[in-house]
Amino acid sequence: MTDQPDLRAAVAAGVVGSEESFRALLSAIVEVARSIFGAKASSILLLDEETEELVFEAVVGEGEDTLLGTRFPAGTGIAGWVLATRTPLVIEDVHNDPRFASDVAEGSGYVPKGLMAAPLLHDEGALGVLSVLDRPEQTLFSLQEMELLGLFANQAAIAVDLLLKAREAQRLLGGDDGSELEVVARLAKAVAALEDERREAGLRLLDHLAKTLGA
Amino acid sequence: MHDVTGHSWDAGKAALPAWSLPKDAVDRIALPGHWPERVTRDWALGGSTGEGVRVCILDSGVDASHPLVGELESAVVISIGEDEEIVADEDTEGDVSGHGTACAGIVRRLAPDSKISSVRVLGSSFTGSGAVLLGGLRYAIEQGFDVINMSLSTTKKPFAGILHELADSAYFKRAVLVASAHNMPVESYPWRFSSVISVGSHEEPDPLDFYYNPSPPVEFFGRGVNVEVPWVGGRTLTVSGNSFATPHMSSICALILSKHPELTPFQLKSVLYLTATNVGGGT
Repeated sequence: MTDQPDLRAAVAAGVVGSEESFRALLSAIVEVARSIFGAKASSILLLDEETEELVFEAVVGEGEDTLLGTRFPAGTGIAGWVLATRTPLVIEDVHNDPRFASDVAEGSGYVPKGLMAAPLLHDEGALGVLSVLDRPEQTLFSLQEMELLGLFANQAAIAVDLLLKAREAQRLLGGDDGSELEVVARLAKAVAALEDERREAGLRLLDHLAKTLGA
Repeated sequence: MHDVTGHSWDAGKAALPAWSLPKDAVDRIALPGHWPERVTRDWALGGSTGEGVRVCILDSGVDASHPLVGELESAVVISIGEDEEIVADEDTEGDVSGHGTACAGIVRRLAPDSKISSVRVLGSSFTGSGAVLLGGLRYAIEQGFDVINMSLSTTKKPFAGILHELADSAYFKRAVLVASAHNMPVESYPWRFSSVISVGSHEEPDPLDFYYNPSPPVEFFGRGVNVEVPWVGGRTLTVSGNSFATPHMSSICALILSKHPELTPFQLKSVLYLTATNVGGGT
């Protein structure tokens, strides 16, 4: 395990972040998105590249009890189109047709009458989709809302990127192939928890260790 | 058929002409059509139904059974073969998301007599979708469509160079590439290339209203908010986004090319500029 960026990510995750805290961040984003648009629900779907599926990572509002963790194929449906084309989309007046948006509501019993969806883009990749379901029926959609949705999607994409890095770090620290790094995270965490003078001494000690190892 | 990443496009194969105009050869470049003293929207597209123009919807497929879409000239699904070659099979699946059907419905409504074809580049697999997109565009250019509606883009920089080459090749082959601009602050292609007609949304209800943007890279704004469209399953939805403004501009291009088939993409863009609602078309 010599990849420096991965190691730094591993240490950083050991010190500053856990899967739970990033999940809380995603939940906060969908909660604010729902609130801003006055919508009934909002969700973040992430792409699982291995299985080519979209997975509900955060859900607030209608369907939140049943949708979390639900998967569906990434190549089809409205979210699939948004993800593959990296293009936001707004659809309304769905007339309660249960065939609509099975990618949004499958298994929840909740069939939205409309949705706004934007891709979560980071660097060159499309990580997933941010959806806002059922804005108030009496309001017509405007371009300002599309821009707002795009801003939220960008914020969500940054959070998702952090989440994915944290997961990679967890894999490196706790997995069969990377558990040897667990001591690095423990050291970083321990030094971070020290008070002033002991902390400085701890950092000097780590510096000596690094020099001894030729780092 | 070329492979997806091949650079063997025909520019390098053609016998090199002399790119100059001798004194006695001016007649050879006489324009085939009459260019009026004042280009008006009525001259450009008045009375046109899009007849004779072939429009390609490069998207998620098209549901031809929807009454607001009707018969297609052709429908293929693109995949990449074992030797990286582009494979275009007859598409019997229709539309995997609904979006392509919506785009086709807009073109059918505004340019009812145009011939619509579907080239599906989505749905077969998520991985490798960039290569399929490139393959689909290359296929569409080779098929000689007059207008290629591309309501999608890619953020992958390695594809940008090839897309740029394809966009230029379409331009010189008189295939008008109409591409959706991105309304999020990211780098994506091909809409940023000057050889395409890039489209953003305006909020006005008139489907033939379009605006020239003097601050590119987005060059034109078409109707893209609260648009009624056909969707899969025989439904009709109200939709918004640049991806729906794009088929509005494609339709306007089809109307103009139907009346003036001699126009090159450069001339077509000039006509679009002169007849834009905020230039000379609003009067």
